[in-house]
Amino acid sequence: MLEIKNLHAKVEDKDILKGINLNVKAGEVHAIMGPNGSGKSTLSSVIAGKEEYEVTDGEIILDSVDLDDLAPEERAHKGIFMSFQYPVEIPGVTVTNFIKTAINETRKANGKEELPAKDMLKKIRETAELLEIDRKFLSRSLNEGFSGGEKKRNEIFQMAMLEPKLAILDETDSGLDIDALKIVANGVNKLKSDKNAVIIITHYQRLLDYIVPDFVHVLHDGKIVKSGGKELAHELEAKGYDWLK
Amino acid sequence: MELKEKLITSFLAFENRVSADTEAKIQDIRSKAFTHFEENGFPTKKNEEWKYTPLKSILKYDYNIFPKADTAIEFATVKRYFLHEIDSYKIVFIDGIYSSFLSETTHDGFDICLLSAALKKPKYKMVIDHYFNTIAKKDDSITSLNTAFSKEGAYIQIPKNTIVPKPIQIIHFSTGSEAEILLQPRNLIVVGENSHVQIVERHQSLTNNVVLTNSVTEIFANKRAIVDYYKIQNDRKTASLIDNTYIKQSHQSVASVNTFSFGGNLTRNNLEFYQEGEHITSNLNGITIIGDKQLVDNHTLVLHKYPNCESHELYKGIFADKSTGVFNGKVIVEQEAQKTNAFQQNNNILIDDGATINAKPQLEIFADDVKCSHGCTIGQLDNEALFYMRSRGIPEKEAKALLLYAFANDALQKIKIPELKTRITKLIAEKLGVDLGFDL
Repeated sequence: MLEIKNLHAKVEDKDILKGINLNVKAGEVHAIMGPNGSGKSTLSSVIAGKEEYEVTDGEIILDSVDLDDLAPEERAHKGIFMSFQYPVEIPGVTVTNFIKTAINETRKANGKEELPAKDMLKKIRETAELLEIDRKFLSRSLNEGFSGGEKKRNEIFQMAMLEPKLAILDETDSGLDIDALKIVANGVNKLKSDKNAVIIITHYQRLLDYIVPDFVHVLHDGKIVKSGGKELAHELEAKGYDWLK
Repeated sequence: MELKEKLITSFLAFENRVSADTEAKIQDIRSKAFTHFEENGFPTKKNEEWKYTPLKSILKYDYNIFPKADTAIEFATVKRYFLHEIDSYKIVFIDGIYSSFLSETTHDGFDICLLSAALKKPKYKMVIDHYFNTIAKKDDSITSLNTAFSKEGAYIQIPKNTIVPKPIQIIHFSTGSEAEILLQPRNLIVVGENSHVQIVERHQSLTNNVVLTNSVTEIFANKRAIVDYYKIQNDRKTASLIDNTYIKQSHQSVASVNTFSFGGNLTRNNLEFYQEGEHITSNLNGITIIGDKQLVDNHTLVLHKYPNCESHELYKGIFADKSTGVFNGKVIVEQEAQKTNAFQQNNNILIDDGATINAKPQLEIFADDVKCSHGCTIGQLDNEALFYMRSRGIPEKEAKALLLYAFANDALQKIKIPELKTRITKLIAEKLGVDLGFDL
């Protein structure tokens, strides 16, 4: 599904990614771990198409399409979703209206009719239930005055609504207490299928107890220095990152 | 002929024409005002208050000063400029002349009618004597020019303990039947004790012929009165407006003026609140969204003279292309006015490199036990927020519009007439060039 080949990227003349190779197939869960400053968040932003980052070499291919020239919204329309570490507050636009707009713009871009209001409402209700989100929450302004945990849960809510092919969860576990973490993980697990894939970016192994990865990759200084199965996460938790440098 | 010269000649003709049915007192007010204008002329950029708003380009036209009567327009062609979704009183003028056909006035329980009638009829004499031209500035040449020619406009007099059941719309159309026209409407609004009124005012030209409107409105909110005033300024690029609104408030009254400036060539709002009692609340809200080479200048004053009063001022500006914004917010807290709570905020977003904002908060505080705050920001669109929305599949243009809408939102929430709020929201979406597919 996703192929990253020899990816190099820089921001403001600073090289951050220095040759990443990653292959993600449908149905897989990949975890990318690594110390601060190793390039984890840059990798997710580059996949999502953030314009401040310049790809200097290599390519990102989603289902045989090179993403290089595509705007962030076009990547979203092709099925990429990134859950933000710091979701943005948008006063005056409710969660419901925001997600409606996002879904219908995506449908429009894919040549589909807008989702009928009735179906939209049903889907919103079901998804809210799945993630144990109070209905009142949906008529609040997007992320405005939300707690850290509410923001993260709202990200997963949007993910569940948009049903992406590839979901990238960037530090989704930070700011979540253990109960919220379980709800979020449960939501992700229920949405997982053999048609989609998840990349989890995290510092800690904590979230990986609940969303079990098929592969774990360690990022250091802009490169993947080690890959392995889920046991690698436990090893990292015990030993730290220094032994890999 | 220079505009000023033309006005001098015209004034003599005007005086002759209206002298027969005008009281000596009104004649005296007009001629004193004209003398002031004649001596001072139009303000130039040398005047500190007009430094960023040059009038030169709009004064070069050969304006017709006395509009011809009887330009009829069909309601269907102008319906969209009315807040037609709800029942309302309407005072409508076409090229400065009252249109009884489009209006809906009343004398049943309160007076919603014409200033020209009120100036003539003995039954209004007491009100006119007591209020007319008592707060309009005498030392301002633009206001004086209006006073000199003051004859027509809205006259609203609400007795005490009256809640006016539906909003009042004051609409000024210009038809373009004259190539260039100068309009000088004059409104007088007196709201009695414990009474409540909602007013929506709009100036709208129907063609691309040049229009200059110099409007003066005097509003009196007596004890515990509530006045909600909305100004919709979304005119064509050939229409300029100088709006002078003066508000005097008595004990415990609440007066709010909401100014939505989305169009026009040059728009200058002089908005002044005078607090004459305790426990008064004054609210000033504004949203400006302009582009091209448009200019909107909001000059406001709140004068706190007595203790225990409040003022809340919130102006949001979005400037695209080569447009210019001016914000000058003066708050004076006199020594007497202890326990004043004065809040002022002015936030601006410059969308393009060629856009300009000149912002000047001006607080003069002479009392020591007060809470006064002001904040002024000038910024660009938040790229992180844009990326967030785009990454969810919302295209750049729509994402920008949503962000700008969010930026203006708190000023929008002050609108108390739901249909008007919907209307203004739609105007904002239209201004931002998007159809968001839902009512925000």
